[in-house]
Amino acid sequence: MGRRKLHKRVLMHALLVPFLVFALFPFYHMALTSLKQDRELYDRHAVPLIIKQGPTLEHYGKLLWETEFLTWTKNSLLVTVLSTGVSVVMGTIAAYALARMKFFGVGAFGTGIFVTYLVPTSLLFLPLAQVINWLGMGDSKWALVLTYPTFLVPFCTWLLMGYFRTVPKEVEECAMVDGATRIQALWRIVLPITVPGLVCAALFAFTLSWNEFIYALTFTSSSDQITASVGVTGELIRGDIYFWGQLMAGAVLGSVPIVILYVFFLDYYVSGLTAGAVK
Amino acid sequence: MAIGTLPVATRARLPWRARLSELFDRERILGPLFITPAMILILLLVAYPFGMALYFSLSNAFIGRPSHFIGIANFVRLWDSDAFRQTFQNAFVFTSVAVAFKLVLGISLALLLNEQLWFKRLIRGAVLLPWVIPTALSTLGWWWMFNSLYSVVNWTGIALGIFDPPGPNWLGQKYYAMTAVIIVNIWRGLPFFAITILAGLVAIPKELYEAAQSDGAGPWARFWYVTLPMLKPVLAVVVLFSTIFTFSDFNIVYVLTRGGPINSTHLLRTLSRMVGLDSGRLGEGAAISLYLFPLLVFVVWVQLRYVRKQAY
Repeated sequence: MGRRKLHKRVLMHALLVPFLVFALFPFYHMALTSLKQDRELYDRHAVPLIIKQGPTLEHYGKLLWETEFLTWTKNSLLVTVLSTGVSVVMGTIAAYALARMKFFGVGAFGTGIFVTYLVPTSLLFLPLAQVINWLGMGDSKWALVLTYPTFLVPFCTWLLMGYFRTVPKEVEECAMVDGATRIQALWRIVLPITVPGLVCAALFAFTLSWNEFIYALTFTSSSDQITASVGVTGELIRGDIYFWGQLMAGAVLGSVPIVILYVFFLDYYVSGLTAGAVK
Repeated sequence: MAIGTLPVATRARLPWRARLSELFDRERILGPLFITPAMILILLLVAYPFGMALYFSLSNAFIGRPSHFIGIANFVRLWDSDAFRQTFQNAFVFTSVAVAFKLVLGISLALLLNEQLWFKRLIRGAVLLPWVIPTALSTLGWWWMFNSLYSVVNWTGIALGIFDPPGPNWLGQKYYAMTAVIIVNIWRGLPFFAITILAGLVAIPKELYEAAQSDGAGPWARFWYVTLPMLKPVLAVVVLFSTIFTFSDFNIVYVLTRGGPINSTHLLRTLSRMVGLDSGRLGEGAAISLYLFPLLVFVVWVQLRYVRKQAY
């Protein structure tokens, strides 16, 4: 009995191995390449799966001190933190209104949010580029701070609406009977209960804007304005010569902030994903 | 006396504040106030640009030049152009193959993850990883893996005897390039399928399986007659969402192939960018991305009709 169960368990793990290799190998290979010496990297007879001739941090050093990588990362951080902050606040109050209040137009606005949530950025990047130019924000990271909330706010609203619905109405009604205003009830009673939802929304908003690529690629181009993704995929390739070690080092370092968040908040990612966090 | 003076004093001191806070307590006032910031944002930066996209698509707009209304000429001209037809076909092949694989693999992976596992959290974390890492950067890793000279995929394939040396030129040959792009899309999208379907699996009541088992249903019958029917709503949502986002994919194709070789991996979004920005034909570019619109309307309609109803 116990034996059969053990056999089954081992079999399940064995079946998972191909999936895990598929998921993780690209990261392993990326990290490996970034640590290899050029001599081994471009030796066509070397085994590409391991490092034989000793690892090196040369590519990382060059990336950090000889390219604008640090500037791109700073831009990414600025854009991501600002747009995440703004979006979570706007999303929170909109979601609360949608989940709790009845007023003229609430249904239409809810539908509008949902439709916006589904509209892919591909429909909008051409006209938005024109709007950005009219606003005098062409080739500026501030254009990204302005435009990222267009997909983050609907997302946060949608996610938080679900969380607000799980808070029993009686909790606020009690507070309001005791003399608190609606805003006080929201601030002191409801928001503390929905902290997990807020964390989740902030986490996903951060990830979405850190990973955003097409707007960043379209609205910015100078090397002191671009974000990490755009910089690594665009500026590290000079002419026809590819510096693969440096490129992979850039890809690794550009993912670090997300990996750190991910390690600490894995459970939020899983619950957020299943709560309808899809983009 | 003392009891009587207190309310009088506050009433005299706070009339405007009391009135204001009373106003803010009314749903008809506070509600609209709360949605105003989001509404302004959506009107100015989503609805208005969308209107512009519609106008662009019906005009001969060119970057930095006044435009004229030309009706549906852009759509007609695109439909007659080889590059667009190729792109349209690519988008369908890419989306249907990738979504089908993600669905089948996603269900399998979810079933495995639902079993008793030793390192449950760790395994889930590993499985979800491709979905969280910036796609543009992880695709760069795949680009290197498919490199014509140093491809680790080919090296492994040759070592295992799957490919004859030197192995396929992944990104330089038509069908291989499409295969590569699809593989990367499956790689990135699979975690979303697996984790969402897993949530659906966990929600299926155990009693159903016990009842089926006592009626003599084997594992396959239980999967076919209990699991799949119970998963249907979740599968519908996942497939719908994934269809939109796969159809409008950009990052993977842009980094891996730029639509090449000879347009064989272009998707609507990458072609739209090339025509609209790189060659400046805004009207045509907007028309290309609007070919996505009917699909979008359909999906939104289905979602609003069926899925959201359950949510309320």
